[in-house]
Formats: sequence, C-alpha cells, structure tokens
Amino acid sequence: MSTTFIEGSVAVAKTVSVCRPHVISAYPITPQTHIIEHLSELVANGEIKSEYVNVESEHSAASVVLGASATGARTYTATTSQGFLLMIEVLFNIAGMRLPVVMTCVNRAVSAPINIWNDQQDSMTARDSGWIQLYAEDNQEASDMHLQAFKIAENKDIMLPVMVCMDGFVLTHSFDPVELISQEQADKFLPPFKPEYYLTPKNPLSMGTMVGPEAYMETRYFIEKTMRASLQVISDVATDFHNQFGRFQGGLIDTYKVEDATLVLVAMGSIIGTIKDIVDDLRAKGQKVGVLKVRSYRPFPKDEIYKALNHVKEIAVVEKAVSLGYGGILVNEIKSVFYGKPKTPKINGFILGLGGRDVTVDTIHQVIKETAKAASEEKFVGLNEALIGGK
Amino acid sequence: MRLDLGAIAKAGTSKANQTGSWRNYKPIFHQVKCIGCGLCKIYCPEGCVTMIEKKKYTVDYTYCKGCGICAEECSSSDIEMIVEEK
Repeated sequence: MSTTFIEGSVAVAKTVSVCRPHVISAYPITPQTHIIEHLSELVANGEIKSEYVNVESEHSAASVVLGASATGARTYTATTSQGFLLMIEVLFNIAGMRLPVVMTCVNRAVSAPINIWNDQQDSMTARDSGWIQLYAEDNQEASDMHLQAFKIAENKDIMLPVMVCMDGFVLTHSFDPVELISQEQADKFLPPFKPEYYLTPKNPLSMGTMVGPEAYMETRYFIEKTMRASLQVISDVATDFHNQFGRFQGGLIDTYKVEDATLVLVAMGSIIGTIKDIVDDLRAKGQKVGVLKVRSYRPFPKDEIYKALNHVKEIAVVEKAVSLGYGGILVNEIKSVFYGKPKTPKINGFILGLGGRDVTVDTIHQVIKETAKAASEEKFVGLNEALIGGK
Repeated sequence: MRLDLGAIAKAGTSKANQTGSWRNYKPIFHQVKCIGCGLCKIYCPEGCVTMIEKKKYTVDYTYCKGCGICAEECSSSDIEMIVEEK
C-alpha cells in the first residue's frame, strides 16, 4: 500500500472510482467540489467505465441517481451547501424507496447571506430524511468511508442511502498524505451490487407509489427499525475494513483518551483533529481531558455514547450547526442520551465555526474554560463582539 | 398482506388504488347538448372519461376524483357537478 500526497476531494474521487459506480450524476457548477471534477476526468479519459450524467440542477442530479439506482445500478453523487438543499426533496424519496445511493455532502454553510465556507448546517438539515449520515475526521477517513458506505447501503438487510459528510475546504481542498485503495482491494471488500428488487421490463414493478393512511406509517416504521439495525452493520463494516486494511477510524463513535477522563469534548468532523492536539497538550499538564467523535450521526448511537461517557463529570459538545429557535443540535441529542439514567454529567453546548469562522486552539481553550463554569445554555463561541454591538 | 421494501409493488397500482372514494362532487354527463368535442376526455387527469359513441361520453366513477375539470372544460355546458352525499 502506498501513501500519496493528495487533495481530499481527489482522494475521495479515486476511492469512489474503485467502487465501480455504474452511474454518476452531478451538477458541475458552484457550489461543487473537485470530487465531481476528478470523477468526470476519469470517465472522460476512459479510466473508469461509469456513465457520467451532467444535469441542469442538483434536484436533477439526485433524480438521475434515484432512477438509475432503481434499475439496479450502483450510483454516486456529490454536492454541498445550496445544492444540497435543492436535493432534499429527492433525498427523502431515495430513502423512502430504499435505494442504496451513496453521496458525499461536502459540509458548507447555507444562504443567506451567501457563504459557502465550511460548517455543517447543510447536512444537519436533512438529518430526518432516512439517510445514514457518517462524518469524517480527516481525508484518510473520508476516502475510506466511501468504500464502507457502499457496503453498508447495499447490505440486503439495510438498503438505505448513505451520506458521507466531510468538511468543506478544511478537508476537501487540503492536501494530505492518504493511503489510496487499489481496484483489487476494493473488489475484495465490496461485492457487486445485486438488489432484490429493480426495474426491468421483464418483471414490471412500481416504486414510490402512492400509499394511503393504511400503510404509509408502516413504511416509516420499517425505515426507523432498519436504522436501528444499521448500527450493527456500520460497526461490522468498520471492523471488516480494519481487518483488510489495518485502518480503524471508529465504527459508530471513536474515542481518544476518554477512559479515565473527567472532561470529554464531543464533536463531529475535522474539528476532532484540532481537539486531539489540545487533549495531548492538556494531558501533558495533568488535566484529564478526552474527545469523543460521533462518526455515525444517523443512526444516532445512543447506547455506545452512554457506555463511553457514563463515568465522565463534564461534557462539552462543540458543533458547527445551529437549530435556529432551539440552539445546539448535537448537544441536545447528547443530553437525551442521559435522560432517565442514574448519573447525569454536566453538559455544555458550544456553537462555533459557522460560515467558515476559524476554529483555533484558542477557541477550544475558551470552550474548556466556559465548561469549568456552572452548567449553562448553549453558547456561541468566537463571536466578533464589535459586530454585535458588544462594545 | 406483506409490505415489500419501500412499498415496492407489482406494476399497475393505479388500477388497484380506486380514487373514486375521494370524491365530494360528482360529474353528471347529461349527454343532451354534447357536440362530441372530446375536451372532457382529453382534460380528465385520471383518464377515466371514455367515448361510448359519437356525442356520447361517460365517466368511470371507480376512479373519478370529482375534480370538475371535465365540467369546467365542456364546450356545451353539458356536464354538471352535483354534491355527492354518502
């Protein structure tokens, strides 16, 4: 296995290419990333045999992969920010029709005001769509996650779409050493896609038909039940990956120095790397700090999180998203993990890094400082006081 | 009955789904002033209007949702919508 110094987007494109997708569809204009650009190059150069469909919008891109997936093709798309929002209607349909599409959501802010810098407000908006959502910490994980994503999605007991979320710019536009997956290795890990149901003139079927009050609720029940079942599958696929490739970036969650920690920071995505550095610094000074990465956000691994954190005194949840009119999203889900349990740690929530605001070592130190104070509501961290009339 | 994955069904579900039960207003084809223009048949969104003979059209109440488009489009005002009491 060789390590290549490569841009995050290109690494993801190369991994997707060895997954042998039959159909790739995307809208190639802003907001978009090099993932799609590189895949189109690979197709144009004849290096991969996928059908590449250029469309007039993200709504159409999602519709093309929906249709193609229904015929039994392995399909892939990628988008980000506003483009992602335009896809949302179709995303619900893809999940409802139980089509194992894999897409990358490059996490970026949404308008208005126009801003396509990194945060996670786009994908968080679709958290109830029935898609499995996995969040990558670094480019190696983002790249590896796509191979795992197809295996999870196409598992005959799951048959749900999987969204790989990776931070825009911080990961997609950064160059990192990445161990790329060869065609041979990918073929060994990922069996060909053979769905039980697919559209063919030989056996006419209707997908996404009208279902009245007599059966709609059951379709929702099945997706919820399958989401619960996918907790085990996501975990197993990460283990399979570890066995074949020797790399393990966590299954449902990953922990770093949590076992004996009194304070644990909880987060998703690339921010985990920054926090790990701070954990190391604070550990060297004798502070018992750790970090928990939520890798699978949907399904939400309540039991695993409880098991990992039930000994902890203080939790600080940092997130790059906000539910306007409510506050932090992840923090409230973490709080719900402890509902009705005998011991509840102090849980603080911090909203930061919106619209590409840098999350620096100082920002995280501020989070830790605030956590030491009394339990409080969720707070925005890193606000420019001059802009909000603070001075 | 078993619900298949994603409510995937054998083709032809639009026949099984008898949308006539949704109806509040019922079109009455009087077949008196009809000039045989066929607009009712063309515009019916359910495709449930058929021609019996020239200047004589009828509607399949099993699927007619009572939208009233046929009555609205009828060039001779020969279709009447009446409240359907059940």
